[in-house]
Amino acid sequence: MDDDFRRWSRRRFLRTTGGVALLGGFERLLPAYALADIPAAGTTPAAGSGGSREIDLRIQRQDLAIGGRRGSVTSINGALPGPLVRMREGETVTLRVTNQLDEDSSIHWHGLLVPAEMDGVPKVSFPGIGPGETFTYQYTLKQNGTYWYHSHSGLQEQTGVYGPIIIDPVEPEPFEYDRDYVVLLSDWTFRDPYAVLHDLKSRPGYFNYQRQTLPDLTAEISEKGWRAALADRFSWAKMRMDPTDFADITGSTYTYLMNGLPSASNWTALFGRDERVRLRFINGSAMSYFDVRIPGLQMTVVQADGQNIAPVRVDEFRIAVAETYDVIVAPTDDRAYTIFAESLDRSGYARGTLAPRTGLEAPIPERRPRPLRTMADMGMGMDPGMDMAVGGDATAGGMAGMDPGMDMTAGGDAPADGMEGMQMPAESSPAAAIAGKPQPHGPDSHGRGNSLVPMELRSRLSEPGDGLEGNGRRVLVYTDLRSVAPGEDQRAADREIELHLTGNMERYMWSFDGVKYSEVKSPIPFHLGERLRLVLVNDTMMEHPIHLHGMWMVLENGAEEYLPRKHTLNVKPAERLSCLVSVDAPGNWAFHCHLLFHMDMGMFRVVSVTGSSAGETS
Amino acid sequence: MTRGKPALFGDCRTLALIVCLEAFALGSGANAEEAAPIFYSVQIDQLEHRWGDGADRLRWDLEGWVGGDTNRLWFRSEGDDRTSGASGGDLELQVLYSRHVLPYWDFQIGVRQDVVFAAGPNKERTLAMIGFDGLSPYWFELEPALFISDDGDISARLTTTWDLFVTQRLIAQPRFEINAAASDATDFGIKSGVNDIELGLRLRYEVLREFAPYVGVSWTRKLSGTADLARDEGEEASNLSFVVGARLWF
Repeated sequence: MDDDFRRWSRRRFLRTTGGVALLGGFERLLPAYALADIPAAGTTPAAGSGGSREIDLRIQRQDLAIGGRRGSVTSINGALPGPLVRMREGETVTLRVTNQLDEDSSIHWHGLLVPAEMDGVPKVSFPGIGPGETFTYQYTLKQNGTYWYHSHSGLQEQTGVYGPIIIDPVEPEPFEYDRDYVVLLSDWTFRDPYAVLHDLKSRPGYFNYQRQTLPDLTAEISEKGWRAALADRFSWAKMRMDPTDFADITGSTYTYLMNGLPSASNWTALFGRDERVRLRFINGSAMSYFDVRIPGLQMTVVQADGQNIAPVRVDEFRIAVAETYDVIVAPTDDRAYTIFAESLDRSGYARGTLAPRTGLEAPIPERRPRPLRTMADMGMGMDPGMDMAVGGDATAGGMAGMDPGMDMTAGGDAPADGMEGMQMPAESSPAAAIAGKPQPHGPDSHGRGNSLVPMELRSRLSEPGDGLEGNGRRVLVYTDLRSVAPGEDQRAADREIELHLTGNMERYMWSFDGVKYSEVKSPIPFHLGERLRLVLVNDTMMEHPIHLHGMWMVLENGAEEYLPRKHTLNVKPAERLSCLVSVDAPGNWAFHCHLLFHMDMGMFRVVSVTGSSAGETS
Repeated sequence: MTRGKPALFGDCRTLALIVCLEAFALGSGANAEEAAPIFYSVQIDQLEHRWGDGADRLRWDLEGWVGGDTNRLWFRSEGDDRTSGASGGDLELQVLYSRHVLPYWDFQIGVRQDVVFAAGPNKERTLAMIGFDGLSPYWFELEPALFISDDGDISARLTTTWDLFVTQRLIAQPRFEINAAASDATDFGIKSGVNDIELGLRLRYEVLREFAPYVGVSWTRKLSGTADLARDEGEEASNLSFVVGARLWF
């Protein structure tokens, strides 16, 4: 008791002083969680005995300073990111969202299981929030953990409409910590996102300043001989694919933010002696994946997408757009540690500091060279048993002399069959997706909206991903994720839906099965009560974070009855993965790629969950 | 340059309107909730001065489009205006309907207006055009096109460019163009057969993606009957020029 009290007082003291000291250095309002650690649940205003809470959010346009430059931000309650929405499992919350913009807006509660009409997707769950209007969301919290919220209207999210959510659990969590911080990563551009889209639409490589150049070729020749070097270049050129294409939008326009602060402003989290610090990483970016590490510290991952997982100790993890990972670190030395979040394409980074006192800094690691796409990303003959632990730079050499062996160009106006995805009986491929056995791509090349189809597709769940291979660090992989409790629904799948993630980078077209949302005639039917296997096949050469609203995607990663629940699944290039969905939420739900510009371009579907009697679908 | 402004502009507007309306209609046809957005792009590939064996010239070559993913209205213009010796030049305008038919290819159909202006009255002709615009394996931008003039003359053209990244911003661009005709169009300096080839190399520096000054060389060679025709007119069949200009994009 006494100990607890002392600890609490010290934390209180540090928080207060820390907060004030940091505030002095800022030119603008930051949300409270960005200034100090989050009080433990017990110290927050207790949820009323009736279990209700009211929160007001106001969306408005204002000028805010970001790294010494003024930007036109769509803020929530005057801050970027928006305030922490902190709630408690089991309570009924009322969230009033007022739109003070001159355009429609919305707030979607990412990862929260809410009634369809409270999900906040314009034209899917509700009409949207008109200018000057207030929409009242009300729902009962059926879960706990770290989540986030964001606008689901146009490209608004890119301009600042996002913030963190913490739902405190009713039952104690299976891990302990002394301090609690939100680490919300995001990407910011001073440009109008629609101007950015215009650039992408006209010149797909607009933001890529890390292409292969002529001097690179001379280096490649001296490294592996002219024959192999040229063959490598030719094989990519023949496919009209750029092996340096890792991010559509890069650090050439983005400023990467940690809790709303650019690297120079050095967001700082304080820790005391022998304290364990919980860091709730949220990737609230529009378009940027991050590779996160804290040099000198191992991180114990305890939650993924707000769900408790068996702890995994790692040196680094990749966080896809819209994912969350909670980690616990236990700094032992009385020194500063850099929290380093490097963008996947290495064109920039967000950075903060974990320090015993304010004003400290640790060295900022050098950015690693940008990786290159590999033949595995093209789905070209990999020995399934082969160890993937090869350096990112070296692997491209493996393409040398390889002929794709088939015309990689997709056919003409080949009808992209099945707007709702190919549907087949579940028994046709029982959990083949997790077996790691490569499967050839079918004959459908998905029409002119898809540049190519990989020769074969395989599970890549145990791979850290491009740029993280063979770096000597223990990197989190999807096969590490193991739920702490067995899943409630252990039924086998009744039905299987296969969806291909498709795109044409040259035209900046993105779709499912080669069909953009604007071309889709009807929603994807889900039947209430069924256990569905969703097979996601990535035919593109990019990672896509796929998000299903309203229901969990239970990743089939081999963890048997402990399969992890995810709201967002990162699908690697040429990967085929599967997840199970307990279809228990009636209504219309969004299902999409969470890369904002991909979603806006049509990599979006509506899933319609209707009673099993509904035979009239599709 | 205002001399002989083609009467085509009025038609352009009508065609633009039709294509835009069609694009909107196609977009909204499938999913009423989600109209396909309209984009545009304008690129001035060449805006340059040429110093060479023949007359010095100001030359331009630009293209642009507006529309959705499937249907677009394209326009192209190229031409030159002599800046030394006798005044004169030529102007070509194309207005095309363009349809995305393969992942990397657009099919295009439309009209082209040629104007040759010199001391005397302008010479004009209108051609129907059919062709493709796209990207071939190995990253070649290709524009093959077939034309039929209002006099029934058939001609063809192939243009290709290729980008070589010397650095992230310094880009060398070889360019090749070949023109051929099935019949004579003497007024426009054309005899049947392969008319001419043009080889260019431009080295641009992308200060911004939107603004890239360049230097380069361009070599034009008129061939067979077309070359004879040029020589009869007192022109060189072969012309090597040094060029300085800028590539603009918005």
